[in-house]
Amino acid sequence: MEEQRQPVTLGQGAPVIEPGYTFGTVTDKISSIVLTRPTSNGWFLGFGIAFLLTMMMLFAIGYLFARGVGIWGVTIPIGWGFAIVNFVWWIGIGHAGTLISAILLLLRQSWRNSINRFAEAMTLFAVSAAGIFPLIHVGRPWLAYWLFPYPNTMGVWPQFRSPLVWDVFAVSTYATISLLFWFIGLIPDLATLRDRSTNRVAQMIYGMLAMGWRGSARHWHRYETAYLLLAGLATPLVLSVHTVVSFDFAVAIVPGWHTTIFPPYFVAGAIYSGFAMVLMLAIPIRKFYGLEDFITERHLQNSAKVMLATGLIVAYGYGIEAFMGWYSGNRYDGFLLWNRLHGPYAPWYLALLACNIFVPQVLWIRKLRTNPAALFVISGVILVGMWLERFIIVVVSLHRDFLTSSWGMYYPTRWDWMTYIGTMGMFLAAMFLFVRILPMISIFEMRTLLPEAEVKE
Amino acid sequence: MKHTPIYGMMAEFDSAQNLVDAAHHTHEAGYLKIDAYSPFPVEGLAEAIGFHKNNVPLVVLIGGLIGGLSGYLMQYWISAVSYPVNVGGKPYHSWPAFIVVTFEMTILFAGISAVFGMLALNGLPMPHHPVFNVPRFALATKDRFFLIVFSTDPKYSSSETRRFLESLGPRSISEVPS
Repeated sequence: MEEQRQPVTLGQGAPVIEPGYTFGTVTDKISSIVLTRPTSNGWFLGFGIAFLLTMMMLFAIGYLFARGVGIWGVTIPIGWGFAIVNFVWWIGIGHAGTLISAILLLLRQSWRNSINRFAEAMTLFAVSAAGIFPLIHVGRPWLAYWLFPYPNTMGVWPQFRSPLVWDVFAVSTYATISLLFWFIGLIPDLATLRDRSTNRVAQMIYGMLAMGWRGSARHWHRYETAYLLLAGLATPLVLSVHTVVSFDFAVAIVPGWHTTIFPPYFVAGAIYSGFAMVLMLAIPIRKFYGLEDFITERHLQNSAKVMLATGLIVAYGYGIEAFMGWYSGNRYDGFLLWNRLHGPYAPWYLALLACNIFVPQVLWIRKLRTNPAALFVISGVILVGMWLERFIIVVVSLHRDFLTSSWGMYYPTRWDWMTYIGTMGMFLAAMFLFVRILPMISIFEMRTLLPEAEVKE
Repeated sequence: MKHTPIYGMMAEFDSAQNLVDAAHHTHEAGYLKIDAYSPFPVEGLAEAIGFHKNNVPLVVLIGGLIGGLSGYLMQYWISAVSYPVNVGGKPYHSWPAFIVVTFEMTILFAGISAVFGMLALNGLPMPHHPVFNVPRFALATKDRFFLIVFSTDPKYSSSETRRFLESLGPRSISEVPS
């Protein structure tokens, strides 16, 4: 007899799905969160807070539109400030979702199946939060569509040799493809909700969104092809997005920006912060919705390992930056390094090193990798660290450039903070709505993980 | 009584294995216009009903080529023909600078083609379909597996086909009104 295959355990360690589930129970467990489980008070409280923060963001943006970017802390020489720091931070967070859904699919890592759906949702909401910042930072946001090439009576066109224009294309393509990838993954599950729901309105809405999906073998065949191709397309895309974001800096001649290490180190940093956000969302979600059987210790461990690996790449990036500051013999690069360590922002830089390099090294300890509370805290530290990294890159590089007469300091105002914290509220509010109205774990992909899905010829 | 046309004969199975076996038998028995429904993609099921190759990759290739070409030509036309601006002495047709947008446009068009091409080839959206007339078919998105022989199949006969499907050991059999 041929050896019994065990697709659920895949090697050692905790299984990706606890044993004892059938197609029916997997379906019921995930769909009941949306269809039958009463909305808890905790959900209303969390959503309420997130919603209020969203309102605060809208207020801050409304005031910005009335008064202009003068209400922010940006001045010359620091013309980029929070808007760009937050843009890069948010877009980086989105990268883990695409990595999980596309790259791990191509690598046949089936543990991704229980976290890809909400990681993709996280990508979508993070990119939406990121997209706000460049738009409101352009000064005249009602003219932001000028960024796109469209025939106009002025007879002018964008300047395609500028990384800022590349960024427009990279980010808008990324947002579109992320949305499509997420939606195509949802179609079979929307059909499940359509058929399971007992509420007429819900049936209509899920039914319309499912577009009449009936699970035909021919449909699945094309579906899988399309899904795989989309994953193949999204893989170079996600690597390109943060590369292009890093070009915004690397193509300039400012010391601290003008470096070839930026693309790989930005991409690694993006995945680093993205997995931290995945864990910060997954840990409470699995706890409150009792999904420990689907999002197991194995998922936490694997995410922790990805963070550890990408964290080391980021550490290498910092090391090379420091090394090049000395080795290049360029006095401005050398000064940048000195200024980071001894200048007015030195505490921030040291905090960055602590958050991104030193603290995450505890992930070498297996006990901590499997401890949800510890992982939650470490992920939070990493997210702070990655935000500080972008702050250091943007602000510290700009605040003291070639001429001492043009040096300055950057002081974020309350409007900067309100906008930033407000986007976190918007992100969380969207996540709260998502877990309430859509299946947060891909039901059909979970079914394929069960041993009974295995077919012998 | 009004005569309802029949769309096909549908058999319900318990497991993916049974469905694939049944689909093989049905195809081998000479039924060519058949389809199978499962709550998740089952390996080998499409092949079992005689569906081997789909056109999604071709659609994606064409979409990607259109995206890439239009992206590059747009930048060339804008930067060298319609609105030439001297930026730092770079040539108007500075192709290395155009690679990023060309790449993004390739991915964008290919991705859109993959999703909408797949939906179009599948004939979706199609909110109503005769198979939904079978009440038990609601389980096709949960844990049941269905095989249908369409009434357009030359071998289809109400009694013969039912007898044949019964020999495959299904859980239930129903005639699908169209």
